[in-house]
Amino acid sequence: MHHQGMPVDVVIDIYTRVLRIRRFEEEVGRLFRQGQLPGFVHLYIGEEAVAAGVCAALTDEDTIVSTHRGHGHVIAKGGDFKRMMAELFGKAGGYCKGKGGSMHIADFDIGMLGAIGIVGGGMPIAVGAGLSAWYTDSDRVSVCFFGDGAANEGSFHESLNLASTLTLPVIFVCENNQYGEFTPARQAMNISDIADRAVGYGIPGLVADGVDALEIYRVALAAVERARAGGGPTLIEAKTHRRGSHAEGEEAFLGGQTYRDETELAAAQAKDPLLLLHTYVSENEILPAELLEALDGEITASVQEAVAAARESPEPEIAALYEDLWA
Amino acid sequence: MPRKTYVAAIQEALAEEMRRDPSVFLIGEDVRIGVFPSTRGLYAEFGDKRVIDTPISELAVAGAGIGAAITGLRPIVDLMFGTFLYLAFDQIANQAGAMRYMYGGQTKASLVFMVQNGAGSSAGHHHSQAVHQFFMNMPQIKVILPSSPYDGKGLLKSAIRDDNPVLFLHSLSLGGKRSEVPTEEYLIPIGLADVKRAGSDVTICAAGPAVHTALAAAKTLASAGVDAEVIDLRSLSPWDKGAVLESVAKTGRFVAVDESFPTCSAASEWAATVAEEAFHQLKAPVQRVTNKDVPMPFSPVLEKAALPSADDVIAAVQRTLS
Ligand SMILES: Cc1ncc(C[n+]2csc(CCOP(=O)(O)OP(=O)(O)O)c2C)c(N)n1
Ligand SMILES: [Mg+2]
Repeated sequence: MHHQGMPVDVVIDIYTRVLRIRRFEEEVGRLFRQGQLPGFVHLYIGEEAVAAGVCAALTDEDTIVSTHRGHGHVIAKGGDFKRMMAELFGKAGGYCKGKGGSMHIADFDIGMLGAIGIVGGGMPIAVGAGLSAWYTDSDRVSVCFFGDGAANEGSFHESLNLASTLTLPVIFVCENNQYGEFTPARQAMNISDIADRAVGYGIPGLVADGVDALEIYRVALAAVERARAGGGPTLIEAKTHRRGSHAEGEEAFLGGQTYRDETELAAAQAKDPLLLLHTYVSENEILPAELLEALDGEITASVQEAVAAARESPEPEIAALYEDLWA
Repeated sequence: MPRKTYVAAIQEALAEEMRRDPSVFLIGEDVRIGVFPSTRGLYAEFGDKRVIDTPISELAVAGAGIGAAITGLRPIVDLMFGTFLYLAFDQIANQAGAMRYMYGGQTKASLVFMVQNGAGSSAGHHHSQAVHQFFMNMPQIKVILPSSPYDGKGLLKSAIRDDNPVLFLHSLSLGGKRSEVPTEEYLIPIGLADVKRAGSDVTICAAGPAVHTALAAAKTLASAGVDAEVIDLRSLSPWDKGAVLESVAKTGRFVAVDESFPTCSAASEWAATVAEEAFHQLKAPVQRVTNKDVPMPFSPVLEKAALPSADDVIAAVQRTLS
């Protein structure tokens, strides 16, 4: 990890994004375990560097499309804890008025075009956002986050090819966390780098260390600049790790079955993007210890405020069932 | 007779059919570990070749099932959630459903597609839609939506032995439900309804989880002196028109209950058929009780309100009586 050529405030900004995601997700995990959240919850813990590094390279006008594991993307793009948390509780004060839930958070005001529960469902939409940027001569870029598993859907291949042939400003960010549900990526594909697939579509395919938020930022920034300059799409494969369950509550659900060996799991957990960045920021005296602590305290407090607000937010009125149907 | 859960009954059907016929195999995402517990334990018994985990590639997996079927095997393609069938629509609608007819009877696509159908777990729109109505609309695809462990087992075994493509829909909301399941082998023919409750005042027709809603309504109605007959269709395509018409001939009133979007729902088909073929026996207009005409919301409160309730069924029955 290094920050040569990178302004210090960018490092602090990235660190803040990583920490915000971590503290939010830890609380979501706790709430889910206490049975306070309905539906399914897929946590982003251990993968924060990817969303933080990529989104730090974007402007507010740039857009992102997210996945079932999407909380981190919303936060990294500047999402509001209160409206997110209320959405996870299914409350009226949520981003989607309680109609979307964990897998469908969106904030169109900050260019977060929606989380999608269908694996691979976001890539074509991101191509469309790139198409509209090109059509309107905007210098906006479109980013799509998706998993290693999603790279095996037809939509991945069609989207890369379409974006390539139309030279669209789309950045495909594959979060290779080594698993799709309970299946290791190495079992679902016979290549070691998903980035290699870019060759088949005539676009750059880059591998980046998904644990190193600063590296992700650098790689993303280069892809963003290329896209803005009319150079077309890039595929970035961020090598990262799923530190815990596919979905929360999985241990009970699997009834004692396991699918990860302990050494692999321990190795994955040891590669902690927050710890890495925290150590770097401390050792390089980018922020003094007191400020780091204060930042953490502030973020933790705002997560708690969001939980309190979500609890107080009313359940949606039944009449809301029929609202927001037609434009 | 032992009482078993819905999940256990489906698991038994799969295991028994795989033991009986070596050409039967299971393919899908994480079927070995079992995203849904009904496929658990099969890998330990049948091994690599008979229980195949795939990448997340619904279109290719569905198509591979079809290709294997027309070359002599009997695949069970597990595509997890009903909404994931949308990704495989081409292979199911254009290929599986049409190929025997299109190729002049030269081939048959003897395979089962298996998914969870419908709502009830607050999973949001992408994981909570009922899809049965789309496939009822396609010629040459059989569609099964059982409401009990007993029916689930008997119908899944028939589906696996059927020479046509069959869509077997199970319901997460029924997973823990128990019913008596005999130890001896049995099959339930596809296309045969089951009268769950005999009655003389009104016919309530349903399938899958909606059967339980209909039965709850019938119970309340009984205490108000209304004797409802509840028919569990079990199969949606083909469906037991005869049983429904026979019941309507007796009751003169018809309420269709269906957990799906209202337009072109299963209920629409049943209601149209009754209106068309039993018009002169009807004492009141036919009624449909379906989901509200909205996407599936995440909030448990809204999700519940979006689905047909026993109260909705009672209100519909009362409309036929007034
Ligand atoms: C089309 C489709 N198929 C299957 C699923 C079920 N499913 C949800 S998440 C998931 C794994 C996705 O793996 P990956 O893309 O690597 O993302 P990760 O969960 O690792 O972040 C699967 C199979 C789905 N939601 N959509
Ligand atoms: Mg993955």
